[in-house]
Amino acid sequence: MSNIKKQFWWNNSQHRALFFQVLLVAMLVGFFWFIGSNTLTNLNNRGISTGFGFLSQVSGFGIIQHLVPFDETYTFGRTFLVGLLNTLIVSAVGVVFATIIGVVVGIARLSNNWLIAKLATVYIEIFRNIPLLLQMFFWYFAVLRTLPAPKQSWSAGDVVFLNIRGLYLPEPVFGPHFNYVFWCIGLAIVATLFISRWAKRRQDLTGKQFKTKTVGMGLIIGLPAIVFFLVDASLSWNMPALKGFNFQGGITVIPEFTALATALSIYTGAFIAEVVRSGILSVNSGQTEAASSLGLHKSRVLKLVVIPQAMRVIIPQLTSQYLNLVKNSSLATAIGYPDLVAVFAGTTLNQTGQAIEVIAMTMGVYLFISLLISGFMNWYNKKMLLVER
Amino acid sequence: MAVYITTPSPALPPPSTSVGVLGWMRKNLFSSFANSILTLIGVYLLFLIIPPTINWALFQADWVGTSREACSGEGACWVFVTVRFQQFMFGFYPPSEYWRVVVAFSLVGFLIAWLLIEETPKKGLVGIFTIFCYPVIAYLLFYGGALGLPVVETHKWGGLMLTLILATIGMFCALPIGIVLALGRRSTMPIAKSLSVVFIEFWRGVPLITVLFMSSVMLPIFMPEELQIDKLLRALIGIVFFQSAYMAEVVRGGLQAIPKGQYEAAEALGLSYWKCTFFIILPQALKLVIPGIVNTFIALFKDTTLVLIIGLFDLLAVVQSAFADAKWIGYSVEGYVFVAGIYWISCFSMSRYSQYLERKLHTGHAR
Repeated sequence: MSNIKKQFWWNNSQHRALFFQVLLVAMLVGFFWFIGSNTLTNLNNRGISTGFGFLSQVSGFGIIQHLVPFDETYTFGRTFLVGLLNTLIVSAVGVVFATIIGVVVGIARLSNNWLIAKLATVYIEIFRNIPLLLQMFFWYFAVLRTLPAPKQSWSAGDVVFLNIRGLYLPEPVFGPHFNYVFWCIGLAIVATLFISRWAKRRQDLTGKQFKTKTVGMGLIIGLPAIVFFLVDASLSWNMPALKGFNFQGGITVIPEFTALATALSIYTGAFIAEVVRSGILSVNSGQTEAASSLGLHKSRVLKLVVIPQAMRVIIPQLTSQYLNLVKNSSLATAIGYPDLVAVFAGTTLNQTGQAIEVIAMTMGVYLFISLLISGFMNWYNKKMLLVER
Repeated sequence: MAVYITTPSPALPPPSTSVGVLGWMRKNLFSSFANSILTLIGVYLLFLIIPPTINWALFQADWVGTSREACSGEGACWVFVTVRFQQFMFGFYPPSEYWRVVVAFSLVGFLIAWLLIEETPKKGLVGIFTIFCYPVIAYLLFYGGALGLPVVETHKWGGLMLTLILATIGMFCALPIGIVLALGRRSTMPIAKSLSVVFIEFWRGVPLITVLFMSSVMLPIFMPEELQIDKLLRALIGIVFFQSAYMAEVVRGGLQAIPKGQYEAAEALGLSYWKCTFFIILPQALKLVIPGIVNTFIALFKDTTLVLIIGLFDLLAVVQSAFADAKWIGYSVEGYVFVAGIYWISCFSMSRYSQYLERKLHTGHAR
């Protein structure tokens, strides 16, 4: 027994791990202590006070697009909110259009029509391989900034106008009783949800089918329509019209928004197209053949067999593309669209000098959004895993 | 007497509508009514887009000249690009020193080609030279200050040169950090693991612009006042951190693809953790993720355009600032097309290369 070499404590892997981690923590603490002490000295020297007090100071600058009331007399806290809302609205519009483009192009690339498939491929390869910022500059400086003046606007049926000042859309004006119609739409959606659950349970138990889709569409469209005529809710449109040198009335979409949303949709659309294509291709052709041999119609094969399996591949990649889109919307600052980064990490930071607080808040927002989305993704993956047998 | 023909009669040729060009068109373009309509729409779209574009870019374009008077205004004015070509490539680098940039990039191009082409000998030696000696040579050539080379301050660097510098340095520094982070994330030590996860998820969760803002605004606050960090270096630090998080996830994908048997076999042979990692796991894992690394590089290459927001003059920024020249107002489309062409050719060829690697390296390890 005495022949066995004595094992030194530093050869024990547990002791080593402990030692290594203590070292790591010490280095980390040292690093933060170094940064912290430097920061305190530097801030003292520059006379910058720390804290979030600046959020209640008056900002003193205007923002060209605000979804909530805003002018120079509002606080920096309000600029944060305005910027955040601007980021969210451009991301939402981008997500919708990028999805539409992506699905259409992705399916087109798998088309058995040679020309259409090639056109889709060319679209994807062109727009994927050019930097987003360059595309944004192109749409903004080379296209939208060279549009005609308001008097020579391009118009679509005298309803929509496009000129160098922006895109003018008609604005719906809701009559006093119109809120009933909104309530009915909500009610119809809830009712449809309940009906579909009931129909699914009944089909599981008895095998009887129920035309949920027809009934649901009837409810969602029919109920509000009936109420619309019953309560005499008036809906009129506030049309943009040229008065003097500019358009009045309607909804004005600033060119920065149009350029940003266009570039984001086209760029992300190309990536989503590839996601959709890979999702559809990931479904084994045996699945389609088996479904067809069971006598299912082509549309039912797609709906019941291909799409549910493709979605399992598509959804995680799609959410990460959406996340990229939200993060990419921060490029807005380069063309002057007042998003969160532009008004908060840009203007607010310059005016207050509170670099640490401002950057931390801005990064916090993006981190929160991405954690939210990745949380959803984990939940979805777990749910999909259970379905798999 | 009846005659029986025992040999089968020769096969008839297929109908003329199912072979040749006609057959191909029938099958691929006009297989159904809907497809025919789609084809016609596609042809019409091509007719709308292609002829005017080619006319504008080639036939009616002006190529030679020294000022905007050389442009007729009918088609593209490439004179704008040719006149400022040197500036687009080198930024404000002094023209007498251009050769240094050319030598540095040629050298690295040569070294990388040596490493990528299969038949070349002594890859290990060249690799060590590339990793340890080349950075010093490149620094001396770009910045100067020794061997009789005059110093060129970093604020004079610009154009395509700066874009390439940002992308390559960002990549080469991010790779080792990314490997360490990926190993950390798969480690059994709870503190090392959670630190890696926090680091990776933090940088992946924020947009690059905020990272650049942070490194340009907050680094001077974090560092001692005597230490003045160069603007380019600050941007690079931000890019390296950002990129290393993405790199870590790519490498982790490779580590996960290595079968468990490899770890167990290495352990059974009595290899320590580091020996196992460096001689067994990493060589296999890195080989698997080369396509992923190339894809990350493409993304970084496109993302370097963002440095214009913090005031560095990369390719896009130099071209963008050239539009402001009063002598050349109104030629932005030409400038954008030129930049887009450079990016497109680089990114497209790199993505093709990564697809080729993916096919070549698919040796059955990936699960």
